[in-house]
Amino acid sequence: MTGVEVRDLGGGYAPGRDALRGVGFAAAPGAIVGVLGPNGGGKTTLFRALLGELPVRRGEIALPAPPAYVPQTDRARLDFPVSAFDVALMGAYARTPFWRRVARADRDAARAALARLGLAEQAEATFGALSGGQRQRVLIARALLQDAAVLLLDEPFGGVDAVSAARIEALLAELRAEGRTLFVATHDVRQARGWDQVLCLHGRQIAYGPPAAVLTAATLQATYGSELIVLEGGRTAVGVGHHEH
Amino acid sequence: MVAWLTDPFASPLLQRALAEVLVLSLACGPLGVWVLLYREAYAAESISHGMLPGLVLAVLAGAPLVLGAAAGVLVAAAGIALVARDERLGADIGVAVCVSALVGLGALLALAPASPARLQELMFGDLLGVTGRDIVLAAALAGAAGLALVGGYRSLLLVGFDRGTARALGARPARWEPALLAVLAVGTVAAAPGLGSLLLVALVLAPAAAALALTRRLPFTLALAAALAGISGAAGLVLSYHLELAAGASVALCAVALAALALLAGRQVAPAH
Repeated sequence: MTGVEVRDLGGGYAPGRDALRGVGFAAAPGAIVGVLGPNGGGKTTLFRALLGELPVRRGEIALPAPPAYVPQTDRARLDFPVSAFDVALMGAYARTPFWRRVARADRDAARAALARLGLAEQAEATFGALSGGQRQRVLIARALLQDAAVLLLDEPFGGVDAVSAARIEALLAELRAEGRTLFVATHDVRQARGWDQVLCLHGRQIAYGPPAAVLTAATLQATYGSELIVLEGGRTAVGVGHHEH
Repeated sequence: MVAWLTDPFASPLLQRALAEVLVLSLACGPLGVWVLLYREAYAAESISHGMLPGLVLAVLAGAPLVLGAAAGVLVAAAGIALVARDERLGADIGVAVCVSALVGLGALLALAPASPARLQELMFGDLLGVTGRDIVLAAALAGAAGLALVGGYRSLLLVGFDRGTARALGARPARWEPALLAVLAVGTVAAAPGLGSLLLVALVLAPAAAALALTRRLPFTLALAAALAGISGAAGLVLSYHLELAAGASVALCAVALAALALLAGRQVAPAH
């Protein structure tokens, strides 16, 4: 597998109004890249660009294959009559001709993906009736069905319970070991310290590199500006209280 | 009791009406489920009401009603799209104004001294007056709408359930959202001669609301909506026969009564998010 390379990327949702500019980095296969930045800082915009869905885009993106995308859980509808299994199976739709039933191998893969995320018993549960953390895991199972070399996860730890967070964290490590490249948008600076690379965005690229080099007080200050809270003893945390929807 | 249910259908008039309403149910029920899931109920109402001038002009010109319905739907859709774009009004107000104007225009044309007295029939349909040819035409249109929904099932599901991820999963919202409205327009045209511009929405939306309240898996929801639409149609005809009520209105009332019962009996629908 090859990695992901981005050169001088910029763009946004309307001409002349860049949501993001000056982004360039290379991520190797089998790496977890933490994507940090304030809300509106360009994390989702970067993902849209990598998906090839940003209306206005400049620069170059080299990907080994189309990436899989895991949205924030509150983007999926809760009132649809679909089960966790139905949602996981959506990951196989793109390779199923519209006149065919979804292949048995894919149905088995959907059950296996849910089991891998600890949701074997919830497979037949209605998606909207699951907890936020369980729904997030179902959406990740759906991405697993796409069997993509590159996965984009948009704040997968946002508002999830501790059990779900541990499951997701363990899965990310497994996917990294399989040689996949993972981009994980997060607000958790401490968590990002455990990953391979960190990309800091604030409308433009502030820094990219290994966490030890990037996650300095100065870089975090430049990334988060006034959202940054400096704790006693010089440790830093990010204030995201306004992030609840 | 059985005789009470079957007696009405001894008449060819009611046999044809039943065939028409069953054929329409197969498309309108499932169509309604998608319309509700896509939160397009207002569009469904607007398009069907807004086609009234087209129906009236068809009568005045001696053209087939379906033709007038098709032209009416096109004009209504274009008008709605145009007015909804005006940011000073906002989409809802724009649509309301546009539809009121079109219904008014339709009534004006229909009530002109030179027009034949058929306004009622255009607004409320003429279920008992359908001919064999009407049924074949309705079957062709409803069949096309139904096939489109079956073929587009997975894409409609991807786009409706999680619009932001749909493209990455293989379905383009920019293609399937207009496609659903197009299918809605075809269904509306199919149902117009039988149920009329005001009542056909009941057969589209009410069974769908009932089915959504009673089921938890989309394939069952779609099948149940078709079945409930058919049951409403048959029950409405039986009632209209025995109580000497207008056929189309009885069908619409039965559909709404079923929906009310289902909403009372069914699960609490998860809050919209």
